This record gives sequence, structure tokens and C-alpha cells, in this order.
Amino acid sequence: MTSTVRIELPAHLRTLAGVGREVSIEVEGTATLRSAIDALEARYPMLRGTIRDQVTLQRRPFLRFFACQEDLSHDSPDTPLPDAIALGREPLIVLGAIAGG
Amino acid sequence: MSGVRVLVGTKKGAFVLTADGKRKNWDVSGPHFGGWEMYHLKGSPVDPNRVYASQTSGWFGQLIQRSNDGGKTWEPVNNKFAYDGIPGTHQWYDGTPHPWEFKRVWHLEPSLTDPDTVYAGVEDGALFRSTDGAQSWQELSGLRKHGTGPRWQPGAGGLCLHTILLDPTNPGRIYIAISAAGAFRTDDGGETWKPINRGLHSQYIPDPNAEVGHCVHHIAMHPSRPNVLFMQKHWDVMRSDDGGDTWQEVSGNLPTDFGFAIDVHAHEPETLYVVPIKSDSEHYPIDGKLQVHRSRTGGNEWEAMTRGLPQKDCYVNVLRDAMSVDSLDECGVYFGTTGGQVYCSADAGDSWSPILRDLPAVLSVEVQTLR
Repeated sequence: MTSTVRIELPAHLRTLAGVGREVSIEVEGTATLRSAIDALEARYPMLRGTIRDQVTLQRRPFLRFFACQEDLSHDSPDTPLPDAIALGREPLIVLGAIAGG
Repeated sequence: MSGVRVLVGTKKGAFVLTADGKRKNWDVSGPHFGGWEMYHLKGSPVDPNRVYASQTSGWFGQLIQRSNDGGKTWEPVNNKFAYDGIPGTHQWYDGTPHPWEFKRVWHLEPSLTDPDTVYAGVEDGALFRSTDGAQSWQELSGLRKHGTGPRWQPGAGGLCLHTILLDPTNPGRIYIAISAAGAFRTDDGGETWKPINRGLHSQYIPDPNAEVGHCVHHIAMHPSRPNVLFMQKHWDVMRSDDGGDTWQEVSGNLPTDFGFAIDVHAHEPETLYVVPIKSDSEHYPIDGKLQVHRSRTGGNEWEAMTRGLPQKDCYVNVLRDAMSVDSLDECGVYFGTTGGQVYCSADAGDSWSPILRDLPAVLSVEVQTLR
């Protein structure tokens, strides 16, 4: 089973990966945060380490995951993403904190 | 024709400044990686067009960029800095054990002989090496594991490994420094290490003469005399004539011996430069006067270099990696400030002029002499 997940990236990561606001990623198996980010990093290796720590695979503290108007940041990375995300009707949003100087 | 390329890392991007040997008219390229903290950029002495850059962000972590054309174009390379084995703990600010966590790369030091070999000094204090042009990184964990690691404590800026000096006459010898652990040396290419802090005296730590725990801000070396080291410590300017085995204070007549940057003239190994900063609680020059102090006697006797530098209402800092020298016939000296100025002296410090005045806060300045 393969699904196409749309992922919306913060501006700096769009620049880094050389993509627009949103990318579409083919995800093998059940679409979860882990499998979606795995697939994103496989397609765009320069994003490795920018969303999750390379060693611990923990989400970076100043980034959050939103989907279908829900904050998924504290969900298990293996929880299946909502159907609307797995079916590509809505994007998974990687959002940077509005903070800093 | 000879010229210079100045690699400037700032809090909001990198800039590449180039000029011919007169160092009067500058071409400015940048910002590269706009919006990112560019901690350090440095070119390979073997292939000056090979430049490595540390790109970091509180949001997106650490990236390493590599250029093969002198900073015109860049490609992201490997950014996985995994500590060797179970990292254990160092001390936290309150003296409790704190797990070792990778945060960022403070300093990149390309090899003197191979453009694909580069060292990275990281926070939390560790040294990594790549031998494949930064496609992969391995920790030289003998440093962190030599015994004193659990006693290391971060300085105000973090537990950062900020200085890496490669001995041009002895491929096995490397000096490094960590705030606030101190200076360390290996004589076998990074396998084994020892602290080299004898003679340092730091009143702000429980044992002022401790083996480790000193807040070393930066160390400089002249390549013709790799046994002679000059150190700007948190307070005190120090000198070693025996490869760091012992240190003597050479602050002499400096108006304050607090500061961050220190460097050595390219052709005069006894000519040093520091930027005295008022204190560790203020972090700006005395009386609003920005002065580089030069010693032509290897320390102790210092003279203020002020021509062309602001002598009133100047309250900037000059950070530890923000001073560099070129090796043209008349040695050029460069430094950047937290106010965004980059100054150049084309006459070994006698007079100064700004290359740029309005950059983001400058984190690092490195100069390449192009022939």
C-alpha cells in the first residue's frame, strides 16, 4: 500500500530543499509521522536532522506537526495519520515556532 | 595578482568579501544562507576553493555546507554528529550531571594537507573528523573519554569546543580548547589527549589552579613556531613556550585582560593582537573606545591601535573566532563585531578602516590569502 502525503514545510526548509511551499511524498505502508518524515528525508536528504534529531529521532523543540487542525506533535510517531492526510486531501504541516530574533 | 577572500559568519547569514592585494576596494557576496546562524567558515589551505561552513539554527539544528568554488555555490553535506558509544554526562551549570547532547558546530578546521579532511569542534564539547569531504563524521572520542570529561562544565555560551590548532611540523599534534574545560593536546592524531592547563589561574572556580575547568576563550599559534601558544582566557592573556605544558601570564599593561579574540602576525611570531573588553558582565570596550592592542614582544608590553576605530560611543564585542590575519607582504589584520562591522588593517594594525558597517552580528572572520 502506498499513499501520497502532502507536507507543508517552513520557509527555511523550502529554501534548503529547493522546493515550494508543499511537497508530495510517496509513503509505503501505513502513513504515520515516522513513515512520512522517513520518506521526506529519503527524497530530500538535505532535510535530515532539520525536523528530527539525527540520532534520537526526536522532533526538534521549536517545530510542531499539525494536521486537520489538530496538533499531532506529542502523538506517538507510529500513530496512523488521519485519513484526510493519508489520502492527500489535506497537508501535514511542519510548523516553526514564531520566536527568536 | 594576489588578493584576499574574507569569510564572514554572522547571526543571519554568511558573507564573502574579496579584494586585491591593496585591500581597499571590496566585492561583497551574500548573504548566503540568509536567516541562519553561520558560526564559522574556513577554507582548505591545500585547495582554497574548498570551503566548509557551519550553518545552524535553534529551529532546524545543524547543517554543514561545502563549496568547491570559493564560496560562490554551496552544497549541504553530512550533518550527523553522533557521539561515540554511550556519551555519559558532563557537569551542568549547577554542578549536577548532565547528559552529553550535540547542539552545534562552533569551529571547522580543514587539514593542512588534505582538502577532504576537516575537523569540527562541537557543543557539547567534542571533536569530530571527516576524511571524505564532510560526507561522514567520526568522533575522536579519546578527548571526551580521557578521564576529566565528567568534570567539564559549560561556559556562558555552552560547552563549546571552539579552538582547533593543527601543528604543521607534527601531523600527530593537535591543540583544542573548550569553554569552560580548558586546553587539551594530543600527540597521536587524536587517539589520546591530556589537559594542558598548568599555570592557568581562574579565581572564579573552586580550585583556581585546577587541572580542568578554566574558561579558555581562544588560542593562537604562529605556524613557524608551533610550540609557542598564545591564549586569551576569560580573564588573562597567557603564553606557553612548551606546547602548552606550562603557561605564563603576559597581560602586562593591557587596560583589561578580559576578551575573546587573539591572533598572531603572519610574519612576526612575537607580534600579537587582542581586543580588550571591559569585563565579563559588560562585554564591550572600555569607555566606548574600540581598540586593538598589539604587542611586538610576545606579550606584556602592549600598545593601543586606534586609528580608524571608533573612539566614542562604541559598545560592541569581538567574539573569539572573529579575528584573522592574511599573509600578504604587509600583514593584514581583520576583525568583526557584534555590531556588524568588519574592519581591516592593511598595515599590521597601525590603521583601520571598515569593509562593511551594517552586517548582522559577526560570529566569525577567516581570511584566505590568494596568490
